[in-house]
Amino acid sequence: MMGADLWSLYALMRRSRLFEVEVSRLWQAGLISGEMHLGTGEEAVIAGVVSQLRPGDAMALDHRGSAAFLMRGVDPISLLREMLGRGDGLCGGRGGHMHLFSPEHLAASSGIVGASGPTASGFALAAQQLRPGAVAVAFFGEGALNQGMLMESVNLAAVWRLPVVFVCKDDGWAITTEPASSTAGTMDERVRGLGAEYQEVDGLEVERVWHAARQALERARAGMGPTFLRARCVHLEGHFLGFPLIRSLREPLRELPAMLGPLIRALLQRKGGSLRERLAGVRTVFAASLATLRDRRRHAANDPVLRARSALTSQAARLQELDVRLEQEAAAITAAALQEVEA
Amino acid sequence: MRSMRFTEAIDDALAQAMARDARIVVFGEDVPLLRRDLLVRFGRERVRGTPISESAFLGAGVAAAMAGLRPVVELYMVDFIGVAMDALLNHAAKVKAFTAGKWTAPVVVRAPCGGGYGDGGQHEQSLWGWLAHIPGLTVLVPSTPADAGGLMVAALQHDGPVIFLEHKLLSESLLEFLGSGGRHTVHYDVPAEGARGPVPATWESLPIGRALLRRAGTDITLVSVGVGVHRALQAAVLLGREGVSAAVLDLRSVAPLDTAALCEAVAGTGRLLVVDEDYEGFGLSGELAAIVAQAGIDFRYARVCTQATIPYARSLEDQALPNVERIRTAALALVGARAP
Repeated sequence: MMGADLWSLYALMRRSRLFEVEVSRLWQAGLISGEMHLGTGEEAVIAGVVSQLRPGDAMALDHRGSAAFLMRGVDPISLLREMLGRGDGLCGGRGGHMHLFSPEHLAASSGIVGASGPTASGFALAAQQLRPGAVAVAFFGEGALNQGMLMESVNLAAVWRLPVVFVCKDDGWAITTEPASSTAGTMDERVRGLGAEYQEVDGLEVERVWHAARQALERARAGMGPTFLRARCVHLEGHFLGFPLIRSLREPLRELPAMLGPLIRALLQRKGGSLRERLAGVRTVFAASLATLRDRRRHAANDPVLRARSALTSQAARLQELDVRLEQEAAAITAAALQEVEA
Repeated sequence: MRSMRFTEAIDDALAQAMARDARIVVFGEDVPLLRRDLLVRFGRERVRGTPISESAFLGAGVAAAMAGLRPVVELYMVDFIGVAMDALLNHAAKVKAFTAGKWTAPVVVRAPCGGGYGDGGQHEQSLWGWLAHIPGLTVLVPSTPADAGGLMVAALQHDGPVIFLEHKLLSESLLEFLGSGGRHTVHYDVPAEGARGPVPATWESLPIGRALLRRAGTDITLVSVGVGVHRALQAAVLLGREGVSAAVLDLRSVAPLDTAALCEAVAGTGRLLVVDEDYEGFGLSGELAAIVAQAGIDFRYARVCTQATIPYARSLEDQALPNVERIRTAALALVGARAP
């Protein structure tokens, strides 16, 4: 397409959101075990980039890759079945949502923070030699910026002029850690210092992401080397479903007493730090909770899907029709995924 | 006697040691929240969060230990140790040998390990055999709250690097954080005796490298660590009903190994069944067979281990990890009885 088509981008994002709402429901019902990291809130970043990938392009994903798989065209039923741990899932039920792979799409995930950096660089090296014009995209969070292997990969991609787009989905949190206490310097200086092109974009605005990604992808396809795209976004559910900080805000009466009892006992214990140090410790513990309370993810205005939708309301009937169709589609995907295997 | 949960016991023992020894510091990812009880007591200098930079902060922990601190470095999961392996493999483990014993790195690496809650093969490994393979590393795998606290005190007093592995199925807080996330719709097979138990009023150091016979028996010796000990004990009860008397030896420490207790326990029954949640090949299970064979003991041998990458699907995972039925079947085969 010549320009960003907001209708198709919205459809991609909304489809992904509805899929993940279903995942959330199935996880709450106990049909999906372990952790569950949803991409809700980062749909604009994923859609803006992935919608422009072509056959032969590769993707390196983190532990939060289901939206990218879905938007890349992986069968949603097999994706959902993978999360349900079924033998007919995308990876035979053996990978789970943090370890999704699709060789047909050259798409590989990893639960190791920062690992998408080396992976994308390797995919790009193969593209450079086997599929000229093809690119590799790495998705990772802002916390990964402190992982050596990611920084080393940016350097490697720059020095080898690899066709990589490094996409930082920056929601301002590394699980419960904020960048102020963990990341020194600035991201742009760091990335430019490694010799990569650096761009920032509002990751809540899908059209802006699309345009920024187009430049980065064209640059990579033309053999001009890697671009690092920083897209600020918001994780609507925190780090993962059932995230304690979010739970303690939604259900304080249920969650807080269990936390406060031991905390107060520890605070009053003899032997330990000075009163001043102890109070500073209390402030540190509650800083994370207070930051969550002020968190942007609590505001609907920061929902990228709703933002895109609000730009389409002038054609109310068309929008309504699309929404209904996508909702029906999502329900049908869940129903199909839950169906027993035919004997 | 007090009763405590597994992780609570470790934190309590750690707090007691920190109150007595100002050199002990704790750091790792999200530690201000995960160890908030330690933070509000000991302050931000001694309890701190880190960037997601395992190779930097684990390597720094090793050197800080060489320079006088007693760091407890936390990893979110032992699986993530791959990122920081160099600090252990080529530095922590080597410094004592390179200096003919003149310099050591008394760092404690605390890491959750193990599976059984559906997190997939990159987040549920055990890896104690892999770590114990490296000369110079001490590897502890407690199976009860009392052992966990006592071994943490021992680890903090030890003069070299110690990997302290905390099984996630035994840790209520970790299992809640990673496995259930506030849900009541999921159920994991948690061994009750390992998850909560009696602990001493004051923590004393337990000897490192000392196994404990959890159950006496005359026909076969089951040897394990961590959650495997509880699976073996459950299997031993079932075997008892079938006329097979099974002993259960809890190694508690993978490196160093209590070879004397191992050989004595196997010599007594003439049969060794290793229950090891770690990978089967080139690991603890083979090492135990080699030690007993080298001692000249006449014995029969079998093992129930994790043979391949742990599958995500819960039903497959339960089969991949050593379970009670696999242990029972292997034990019956080893004693010559036919499994029904």
